[in-house]
Amino acid sequence: MVSPRTSTSESHPASRLEVRKTYKLFIGGAFPRSESGRSYPVLAPDGRLLANAARASRKDVRDAVVAGRAAVARWKAATAYNKGQVLYRVAEMLEGHGDQLAREVAEAEASTIRAARRAVAATVDRLVWYAGWADKFAQVAGSANPVAGPFFNFSLPEPTGVVGVLAPRASSLLGLVSVLAPPVVTGNTVVVLAGEERPLPAVTLAEVIATADVPAGVVNILTGRSAELAPVLAAHMDVNAIDLSGAEQPDRAELNRLAAGNVKRVFASDDDWTAPPTLARLRAFVETKTVWHTVGC
Amino acid sequence: MPPQPLGTARAARAFFGDLATSDTALRQLLHGLPGVDQAGAEARAAFLATRSVKKDSKLFALELAIAMIDLTTLEGADTPGKVAALCAKALRPDPADGDVPHVAAVCLYPDLVAVARREIGDKGVAVAAVATAFPSGRATLSVKLADVRQALDAGADEIDMVIDRGAFLSGCYGQVYEEVRAVREACGEAVLKVILETGELATLDNVARAAWLAMLGGADFIKTSTGKVSPASTAPVALVMLSAVRDFADATGRRVGVKVAGGIRTAKDAIRYLVLAYETAGEEWLHPSAFRIGASSLLNDLLMQRAKQLSGAYQGPDYFTVD
Repeated sequence: MVSPRTSTSESHPASRLEVRKTYKLFIGGAFPRSESGRSYPVLAPDGRLLANAARASRKDVRDAVVAGRAAVARWKAATAYNKGQVLYRVAEMLEGHGDQLAREVAEAEASTIRAARRAVAATVDRLVWYAGWADKFAQVAGSANPVAGPFFNFSLPEPTGVVGVLAPRASSLLGLVSVLAPPVVTGNTVVVLAGEERPLPAVTLAEVIATADVPAGVVNILTGRSAELAPVLAAHMDVNAIDLSGAEQPDRAELNRLAAGNVKRVFASDDDWTAPPTLARLRAFVETKTVWHTVGC
Repeated sequence: MPPQPLGTARAARAFFGDLATSDTALRQLLHGLPGVDQAGAEARAAFLATRSVKKDSKLFALELAIAMIDLTTLEGADTPGKVAALCAKALRPDPADGDVPHVAAVCLYPDLVAVARREIGDKGVAVAAVATAFPSGRATLSVKLADVRQALDAGADEIDMVIDRGAFLSGCYGQVYEEVRAVREACGEAVLKVILETGELATLDNVARAAWLAMLGGADFIKTSTGKVSPASTAPVALVMLSAVRDFADATGRRVGVKVAGGIRTAKDAIRYLVLAYETAGEEWLHPSAFRIGASSLLNDLLMQRAKQLSGAYQGPDYFTVD
C-alpha cells in the first residue's frame, strides 16, 4: 500500500516536520471545527490511526441546516444549465484530486490503490452522469397534461428544500457522491452526515466542492457519531427530506418516526454503488408543481 | 447594593436643590457625571455575552423575554390589517400553545393606535405609540405635543418619544429637558419612554448624559433607539443605560426602566440583554415593568427556541405565524 507519510519523507530531508491536514467540517462554504471543540480518532480497518476528524455536535447540525436553508433560494433559482455546469466542475476538480482521494479511499476501505483509483474514476463518472441530468430531468419527470379547456397544463418537478443525507458507511467516496449528487442536481441543498468510520474522503470531497463554484451552503458535510447526529437531523423541523440510505437497518424505524414530526420525505435504498445509477434518487427529493396557463392565440 | 459612582448622588442632589433648569445647571450636572470607560464597558458587555444559560434557566429567560417584548411595526407600508394581525400575535404569540405569555405591548405609529386599541381592548397588552415626530424628532414642540395628545386620545397606554438629538449635541440641554417635561405632562398617567437614539450620540459619555437628562425630565423608560438608525441597540450602550438607571434609583429612589430596540433578532441576543440587565441594574429590572425589548422578528425566534427546549427538536419557521 502506498502511504502518504513514506512518500513525503522520501522527497524531503528526514528532519522536516510533516504538516498534516486538520480534517474539519464543511458548513456554509467554510471549514469550521466543531463548535463543541471535539474530535475523534479515525482508524483504518486494521486499527491504525489515520487522523483525527472533527466530531460534530447537534449545534453543528443546527448551523449546517441554517446554512442549507439560506442557500435554497439561490440554488433553486439557478438555471438547470448552470446547475449542470457546476456539477461538471466538481467532477473536473475531483479528477484533479484523484491521487489524494485514491490514497484516502484505499486507507479507509483497506483496498488496493488500484481498486481505490477505480472507485475515484467511477465517482467522477457518477458525477458527470448526474450533472447531465440537470437540464434533462424536468423533461422526463414533468409532463404536459391534456385538459378540457383552452389551457396549457404543465407538471414540473420542483426541489423539496433542505435534504438531510446519511451517507453510506462502507463506500466512503463513491457511495457518498451517489447520495449527494441527486438531491443537489435537482435543486435542493444538503446536510450530509459522512459515514462515521470512514469520513476522511468526505472532508477532501468538501475541499473539492468548495473550489468548484458550488454556492456556499448548498453542500454541507459533517463528520461525527451517527447515533448522536442522525436523530437530530431526522427530527429537525426545518429539514424537508431525509435520505436514510446510510443508516443501519435497525435504526431506520426510529429515524423514520422522528422524520414524521414534520412529515419529511424519507428515502432509503440499499444500492449497489458500483451498479449503474437510476432515476430513483433524482425522483426522491422533488415535488410536483402543476401550473395552468391560458392558450394564447 | 452595587457600588455607587463617585459624585453621582451629590450631583443629583445638587440638581434637585436647584430649581432653575438652565443649560448651565444641567451642564454642570451632566458633565459632572463620572466618565464612562468605553473600553471597559465594551469588555464588560463582551464578557457578559459569553454567559451560558441552559435548560430550565433558558426556558425561564425565553418566556421572560417574550413577556418583555414591545411587538413593533413602524413601516410606511403598515395597514390596519397588518396591525390587527400583529395584535392577535401579541395576545397569543403561539396559537398552538396557550402557555406562552402575551407580550408587553404593541408599538405603532399614532394613526394606527385606534386599530390596535379596538383589537386589544383591555386584554392586558399595552398599546404604545411612537410620537413627537418619530423618528427624527425634527418638529416644533407644539407639533410634537399634538402628536402625543392624538395618540393618547386614540387610546395609547404608552408613548415612545424621541429627544431632539440636534439640540442635545449642540449642548442645549435645557431645551431637551423642557421637551421631555412637556411631553411628560401631556402624557399624564401614560407610560413615557424616551428614545435617546444612541446611534447618533457619538460617545458613551453622551449616552449617560442623555439617559440622566431623560430620567430627570420624568421618563418611565429610557430607550436605546428608534430602529431607523444604525447602529441601533448595542450591548455597551445598554450597559451604560442600565448603569444610569441603577445610579438614578440609588440617588432618587425612583426605578426607571430600560427598553432596548433595533436589530435584536435572535433569542440569543435577547438573553444576552437579560444577563446584562440582571448583572448591571439588578434583579428588580427583570420584569416587563422595568425592561422591554422592542422587536418584531425576535418573537418568532423566541417561540422557536422555546419549542426546541420543550420538544428537543430544532424548529423551522414554516410552523410559526408570519409577523
